[in-house]
Amino acid sequence: MKLIIAIIQPEELPDIKDELLKEKIYKFTVTNAKGQGKEIPVTEVYRGISHEITLLNKVRLEIAVNDEFVQPVVEAISRVARGEDELGRGKIFILPIEEVIRIRTGETGPDAIG
Amino acid sequence: MNSLSRLIAFSMLGFSTMAYASSDAVAAYAIDNFFLFICAVLVLFMQAGFALLESGLNSAKNTVNILFKNIIDLSAGALLFYVVGYSLMYPTDGNGILAFSGFGYVGESSEAGAGVLNPQVNWLFQVAFAATAATIVSGAVAGRMKFSAYLIYSVVLTGLIYPISGYWKWGGGWLDALGFYDFAGSLVVHDLGGFAGLAGALVLGPRVGRFKKNGGSKAMPGHSLTISTLGVFILWIGWYGFNPGSQLAIVGVDNTNMVMLIAVNTTLSAAAGGVTAMVLAWWLFKKPDLSMALNGILAGLVGITAGCDSVTNGESIMIGLIAGLLVVLAILFLEKMRIDDPVGAWPVHGVAGVWGGLATGIFGDHSLVAQLIGSIVIPLWGFLTMYGLFGLLKAFNLLRVSETEEIRGLDISEHQEEAYAGFQIFTAE
Repeated sequence: MKLIIAIIQPEELPDIKDELLKEKIYKFTVTNAKGQGKEIPVTEVYRGISHEITLLNKVRLEIAVNDEFVQPVVEAISRVARGEDELGRGKIFILPIEEVIRIRTGETGPDAIG
Repeated sequence: MNSLSRLIAFSMLGFSTMAYASSDAVAAYAIDNFFLFICAVLVLFMQAGFALLESGLNSAKNTVNILFKNIIDLSAGALLFYVVGYSLMYPTDGNGILAFSGFGYVGESSEAGAGVLNPQVNWLFQVAFAATAATIVSGAVAGRMKFSAYLIYSVVLTGLIYPISGYWKWGGGWLDALGFYDFAGSLVVHDLGGFAGLAGALVLGPRVGRFKKNGGSKAMPGHSLTISTLGVFILWIGWYGFNPGSQLAIVGVDNTNMVMLIAVNTTLSAAAGGVTAMVLAWWLFKKPDLSMALNGILAGLVGITAGCDSVTNGESIMIGLIAGLLVVLAILFLEKMRIDDPVGAWPVHGVAGVWGGLATGIFGDHSLVAQLIGSIVIPLWGFLTMYGLFGLLKAFNLLRVSETEEIRGLDISEHQEEAYAGFQIFTAE
């Protein structure tokens, strides 16, 4: 069992969600996030004073999967998010999961994920 | 109703009106007063515009505080203006500097006729102006002043300071005798508020973190330019009560023509102010800046207010063009002087107000010397009295919230209430 955490660009979320559904990944959690990467910061001007925005809007995607689904998830995300030479495409982190419990039934382990 | 009773009702109506004045005079009286009533409501609606403009240009954590200041300007202000203000501004007779006709005086009725104002609707129109002068300040002092201090300021301005200088001009006082002209209040209303706001911003000092120690400054973006833009549109529309309404009558060819000229002049000046502020800001900062254009529109409106009945369409465009330039330069000047006026109350109402007073002398057929005197005296009166009041409040430590309270936001520290409880913008899909 693995927890996949992906930091992606907000506008890519709908396409990534479609790709995940194609791979039969139906369960995930999405959070709004702010992050700083290699992208060029955005300069805003407010009433004549310019200020740099380095913490940009991101989406944090969390997916808990059984081991055989790890590769399909990574590929689904990468199909959408992998730009040619563009910076700020995001990152995918894969972490081991110690235990999963489905609250309603009390099921544990790989059965509780799917 | 059967035909007989209708006939009786009709003849009774005819009889009762004939007892007082001709039916033409009654109709003219009704139309003029109804016109002023609608205009008074439009000016009162400007309070909504100010509330939205100011809350949008400040951070979300101070929204309840700003909205509260705006409602209390009208609520407390109306009561004070009723008890003492109107009587100070329009005394029955006086010495030209300070006079009083007793508490709760709202004027006397005269026989119905064209151009004769019902004293109640006249009072309503006047209180709307008083509340406008007061509410200008709330933007300049946003984010750091104690609510209780603002309450004190608000009643003093609406009850005393505004009516006294208002008497000098509109009540027939010494500025009026001098030949100073201010048709709808570039000076009497807007400049008084603008310079009172400057006094507040100076005595309070800037918001925490607004200016850095090493000389730089930090932008503190408003939390909703959507709300601010709606506010400016409401103000613009409200101005059709402010300026055309100041003709105080619409019956008669001269009055009708004048009201419509004023309405168009007001529109053209606002439009010109918005355009030049946009162009200048675009040239200076490389991008068109919405909040500057919003201030430019308001500067155009403030600038045309004093002479909107005395200039041509072309001249009103000139007045607006220059007002739009002045407001951007005034915002940059405040920045350089490290004075924190979060919404640009002084650039809009103070600077464009003085310009409106002078422009009335330059373009209109009025004495430039008298305009110059009026455009110095009224701002100075507003600035000095309010500098004194804010200074006094500061000396007793009643003026400003603590740094911790300011950082948490006035909504929590002053009101224990949030404007956007439970509200979060979420990524779609």
